[in-house]
Amino acid sequence: MAVSLEIVSPEKLLLSRPVDMVVIPGAEGDIGVLEGHTPMIVTLRGGTIDLYEGDKIVEQLFVHGGFAEVTPERCTVLANKAVPLGEVKKAEGEKLLAEAEAGYEAADKSNTAIEDEALDLIQLARSMIDLGH
Amino acid sequence: MPSLKALRTRINSVKSTQKITSAMKMVAASKLRRAQQQAEAARPYAERMERMLRALAASVTDSPTAPKLLIGTGQDKVHLLIPVTADRGLAGAFNTNVGRATRNLARKLEAEGKTVKILAVGRKGRDYLKRELASRIVGDVSYAGRKRIDFTDAQDIATRVTALLQGGEIDVATIVYNRFKSVIAQIVTEQQIIPAPPPPEGEAVDLGGATYEFEPDEETILAKLLPQALAIQVYRSLLESSAGEHGARMTAMDNATRNAGDMIKRLSQNYNRARQANITKELIEIISGAEAV
Repeated sequence: MAVSLEIVSPEKLLLSRPVDMVVIPGAEGDIGVLEGHTPMIVTLRGGTIDLYEGDKIVEQLFVHGGFAEVTPERCTVLANKAVPLGEVKKAEGEKLLAEAEAGYEAADKSNTAIEDEALDLIQLARSMIDLGH
Repeated sequence: MPSLKALRTRINSVKSTQKITSAMKMVAASKLRRAQQQAEAARPYAERMERMLRALAASVTDSPTAPKLLIGTGQDKVHLLIPVTADRGLAGAFNTNVGRATRNLARKLEAEGKTVKILAVGRKGRDYLKRELASRIVGDVSYAGRKRIDFTDAQDIATRVTALLQGGEIDVATIVYNRFKSVIAQIVTEQQIIPAPPPPEGEAVDLGGATYEFEPDEETILAKLLPQALAIQVYRSLLESSAGEHGARMTAMDNATRNAGDMIKRLSQNYNRARQANITKELIEIISGAEAV
């Protein structure tokens, strides 16, 4: 009764272990994945991945966006970057937010793709500030 | 016949050259190991990304709104070549091979009436192509003095290429790099990256009859996934090339060390002969002097 979870960044395989449940930060809301989940491909926003064993969270990671593939047996997260939650710094988030907001101001609003990207970055920075310490 | 002193200096100088080349070989060997590990570590992500792309491509390809990265601009006029070379020399024919392949490809394309643009990655390739194709170079990237290549480096290149494509400045992009086959063999490979080649066939994921759900929707995901896939391809070729560079340097330095060894042997032989000749000459002089008394 376990989902095999894999978290991969372009540079290496970060984590590979079975968990009872994992909650991933989908672009349109958090998704809890248990064994036997419908196959899905989702994009991720910046947020935490919670690994559950029983009812308890055993590990939390912060991802900077990415993609996830869910099948009944496994959950694969392709993260642009992932760090343990404890290593997220508020200060870094604030710096990123300032940059992101400047980027949004400068962005070409007529192109929705570029605008969305800038908004995603702001959202990522905000969640870093919320979750960091 | 050079003097004994001249020979001695010569031998010493070759000896110190040999020390340098053998040290460089050691350094290349350890860097090679690191580069190979890095390439190894990058594999899982690329594999999983391919799996996702296959699932997505299956449901999107025929749509007329499919992104340019996947289907190209529908034209075949302006080609962007991206030669990947090292920033340092002394690696045998490593850099020249990529340079030559790029030049030939550029000539061939121009003969067919197409426009060629070059984005040179690595200092050596840029210098090589500057001599003949300077007007085609639209940009260059170099990592001189850097310890290792990060994914962000590949992302920067991918972003530049995408910007060129979106701006309508290029139609096709091809990356030319040394594929690492083994320590002694690097194969110059030309790989088209735009339009994206179809993901290699692989075993389809068995979903037991179910199909993937997409969130938000296929096209949004694809629009995000494709630039990432492009960056991954660039990253892969950068890593292959960096492993190849160290392999090539290792082989080149091994040869140089061996040649230096041969040279030292020959020079010492000459030196010893000259010394013996001197001694014999002196003996003859002494003996004939004694006989004359």
